[in-house]
Amino acid sequence: MWSYALRRVLMTIPTLLLVITVCYLMLHATPGGPFDTERKVSAAVMANLQAKYHLDLPLWQQYLLYLKSLLQGDLGASFRYADWSVNELVGNALPVSLAIGGGALLLSVVIGVALGIIAALRQNSLIDYFVMLVGNLGSAFPSFVIGPVLILLFAIWLSVLPAGGWNDFDPRYMVLPIALLTFINVSTIGRVMRGSLIEVLNSNFIRTARAKGLPLRTIVFRHALKPALMPVVSVLGPLAISSITSAVVTESVFSLPGLGKLIINGASNRDYTLVLGLVVLVTVFAVILNLLVDLAYAYLDPKIRY
Amino acid sequence: MSLLQVNNLGVQFQTPDGLVSAVNGVSFDLQAGQTLGIVGESGSGKSQSVLAMMGLLAKNGKASGEALYNGQNLLTMSPRQLNAIRGDRVSMIFQDPMTSLNPYLTVERQMTEVLELHKGMTRREAKKRAISLLEAVRIPEAARRVDMYPHEFSGGMRQRVMIAMALLCEPEILIADEPTTALDVTVQAQILSLLKDLQRDFGTAIVMITHDLGVVAGLCEKVMVMYGGRVMEYGSANDIFYQPSHPYTIGLLGALPRLDHDGSELVSIPGNPPNMANMPKGCPFSERCTHVSELCISTLPPLAASAANPAVLRACHKAPQELKPSVEVVAHV
Repeated sequence: MWSYALRRVLMTIPTLLLVITVCYLMLHATPGGPFDTERKVSAAVMANLQAKYHLDLPLWQQYLLYLKSLLQGDLGASFRYADWSVNELVGNALPVSLAIGGGALLLSVVIGVALGIIAALRQNSLIDYFVMLVGNLGSAFPSFVIGPVLILLFAIWLSVLPAGGWNDFDPRYMVLPIALLTFINVSTIGRVMRGSLIEVLNSNFIRTARAKGLPLRTIVFRHALKPALMPVVSVLGPLAISSITSAVVTESVFSLPGLGKLIINGASNRDYTLVLGLVVLVTVFAVILNLLVDLAYAYLDPKIRY
Repeated sequence: MSLLQVNNLGVQFQTPDGLVSAVNGVSFDLQAGQTLGIVGESGSGKSQSVLAMMGLLAKNGKASGEALYNGQNLLTMSPRQLNAIRGDRVSMIFQDPMTSLNPYLTVERQMTEVLELHKGMTRREAKKRAISLLEAVRIPEAARRVDMYPHEFSGGMRQRVMIAMALLCEPEILIADEPTTALDVTVQAQILSLLKDLQRDFGTAIVMITHDLGVVAGLCEKVMVMYGGRVMEYGSANDIFYQPSHPYTIGLLGALPRLDHDGSELVSIPGNPPNMANMPKGCPFSERCTHVSELCISTLPPLAASAANPAVLRACHKAPQELKPSVEVVAHV
């Protein structure tokens, strides 16, 4: 298994290289540059700026220089935030996004799986309809609708929680964003869990387990849970990645200083190094998450051995 | 008192097309150590009858009548009471060994949990017992194989594991729902002789459901022939095989491929089984019976002792003698 994991990690290198190259070329192909402003800058200043950031070199040299610094673990200097390196910018924003995204993911797995189990066992009951309703609402409404509704409800009408902002990991500021992401994730996880558990409970080996006289508790938790979790694990990878990318929306709704905000600012400012740095980061995340999902499969299903 | 006494058992399913009766008025009794064969083609209600007794009907199914195990009605018991009997005193093996074992758990876990539950054994004791049962069903290297997963066993081996699992608590009744159907012929023979040996060693009563008359002939003392959810004929295996007195039984026996006859053609009963949602008013077999009369179409024949041999119960309006010529015809084909 470890050699498999190592092979998978090594295989990320070509993936990463491809992503970086494509992204690099696309960024440079878009019109405009990082130093375009409304104010006219004298040609001499412009030339100095260009030289400082190597923008005067041919594209392939810039590209190689970037790769070289990347290999040294340096994401480069931000083009727009003077005195800030991309490493520092990401270092500040990452914990915010991880706390919100990771917290929400953890919560939604627990809540989603639990709700899915209850709904599957009480098919067509009130609780089942409730889970399905939550599932449909969470999938139908985009986060930029649910988010403001949450703010309206809890920050403005009830005024129990702040409407947005970030106060150095103050839990009160984390509740609403985590609730929003959890709600959206639970809608997927709950529905998938419900469906897969219902299917598993109808399978022949569950009939065998019942014929053995096992109580329902044992049947569900020992015999049905593992197979029913397989589809949940499959959606977990994409879900985790999308909670990073959907942070773009969530973080604007709640004005959080996370990665999403950096991506938006970086892209609109043509902050080449910042955007590239974030792309590298998200790609690495995606690869690691996919690897975790595959390892989880192997853990759950004895037929899968690497 | 009989070990298992089934009276007027019925099974109904609530379907989008209305209430469908899959089993009607099935009655039999089983003594300790006896073997009963239930035969019939697909959809005759043989599996549903035993699933009803075990409380394993699909969600839309409902059982009526009674199934008395030592005088207690299995059909009206609370789940807790039923769970104390299922897997301990009455156990069951299924048709498809490939899907009847849990692919996510080791054989050891699936076997030991039965003993932990019903016999209060520790995991260690239970594992020892599991290994000895696997040896009893002739699994080579049982001590090593017990820790494997079902996918590491072949189909025949899995059915052996199922049998070993069903016998862990030395049940009084073993219900076998087509245990050899999914297996190839040589493995079938092994499984059947295994069941015979185990019955001798453990004294278990067996209810054997099959559509294979050869299986019944080799194993069963009593035979119940079912068609369209009803019992057509019920008697000792000898009587049913040598003096079949119901047109359906005669047809079934006639359809057996035989090695001692020339001719490459296989005999079959013309027509198809009846639609359960729309059963004929009279005898369920009337649509395919060569002896059919007005009475057969209009009135359901009761299951009653045969005039020729009171030990045999049969559901047919015609007297056994009237059916004789057809037997001759079948024999000549």
